Amino acid sequence: MRRVKRNERVRVSLTLNGRKLAAEAEPRTLLCDFLRHGLGATGTHVGCEHGVCGACTVLIDGVATRSCLTLAVQAEGCEVRTVESLAAPDGTLNPLQQAFADNHALQCGFCTPGILMSFTDYLSRNPQASEAEIRDVLTGHLCRCTGYAGIVAAVKDVTKSSP
Amino acid sequence: MKPRPFDYIRPDTIEEAVALLAEYGDGARILAGGQSLVPMLNLRIVEAEALIDVSRIAALDVIGEVSDKELGNRIEIGAAVTQNKLMAWPRLAEKLPLVAAALPHVGHFQTRNKGTVCGSIAHADPSSELPLTLALLGGEVVLKSQRGERVLAANEFQKDMLTTSRAADELIAAVRFPVTNGAGVAFREVARRHGDFAIVAVAAVAENKNAVRLGVGGMAGKPVVRQIAAKESSDAIAETIASWADELEGYEDLHASAAMRRDLLRNLAPLAVEEAIRCAA
Repeated sequence: MRRVKRNERVRVSLTLNGRKLAAEAEPRTLLCDFLRHGLGATGTHVGCEHGVCGACTVLIDGVATRSCLTLAVQAEGCEVRTVESLAAPDGTLNPLQQAFADNHALQCGFCTPGILMSFTDYLSRNPQASEAEIRDVLTGHLCRCTGYAGIVAAVKDVTKSSP
Repeated sequence: MKPRPFDYIRPDTIEEAVALLAEYGDGARILAGGQSLVPMLNLRIVEAEALIDVSRIAALDVIGEVSDKELGNRIEIGAAVTQNKLMAWPRLAEKLPLVAAALPHVGHFQTRNKGTVCGSIAHADPSSELPLTLALLGGEVVLKSQRGERVLAANEFQKDMLTTSRAADELIAAVRFPVTNGAGVAFREVARRHGDFAIVAVAAVAENKNAVRLGVGGMAGKPVVRQIAAKESSDAIAETIASWADELEGYEDLHASAAMRRDLLRNLAPLAVEEAIRCAA
């Protein structure tokens, strides 16, 4: 049984993008803040902080999750993947990211990390998703720049080239 | 916003979880998926002395079939089972077609990954899909505490808007949905955007061509269920539903007036009844 008192700061360790890392957190520390302030991984953006906008979406044990609705202590021992894991070490974009660039699927880019992580999970389960399925997954995100058409086109590009 | 401080406890067993509930009483909140609770904590609508995280208790992450001579077979879903896990359960469409029809309307893909079936029923939002399907199918809620176990029918469990019969020391260990082999089902709702809370949701089950049960969410403090005589003409069914809408009145909130709710019910419910009968035929 894991028990942490309200004002206690404890060491929380997890695997972030393949590396075992740890930092201090209180029970109430949200995973999104833990990633950004505790571990310095600022690729994950914090928007509404109540699960509506989707900007903070990350993968926890392979599953797309709102990191603002997850406590850091809940992710203890888990595999967390964020947008930083997508491009190659030399900066080469992965196919999903490249499709976003090609299709004007982002403008300010605030919502993009969350959307990329949602589709990283979804396309791994359903590589040939239909446009209706893509739009359904996209309802879990808010983008105020693009009008979504570019995002749908980008994801369709990836599904088309999937075997 | 950020939540106020609370203790965090992650028990490994159901016994530990109910012991913690007995210890903290009213001040404790059960955390499973956190998709309703954590937003309320972040917005400081809800306060908790302690969160008891049951999401890693393996005994609660189970979907199983329970046979009962009196009540018929039921599908029992444990407190740690997420909505997407149930959606991906291979026998869902065969055993619980109404739940299969309702689940895509519950939140979004991303929130269903964490949000649990029991959590949604525990939260007891009046327009929420899973409490509606549980009420319509005549399901049950299994409550465990150090005092023992009790099983409540859905309509005894959910009392009113966000209010249930759960005692402070009780854990919602599971919910049970009756199996509806071969029944015709339909689910419809209207929401501002797909995945938002429904303004009005309707569900229908046709056991045969003559008996249709209709359930409505978003018209009262909890789901309401009514038997419709399906033998009647579609005009007569529409009239029955219209007078039911007037009787229920509905309520006003940020999203819709009571008059709009009545109108949605008058328009959605006949479609659901018709669809359920067609499926049963």
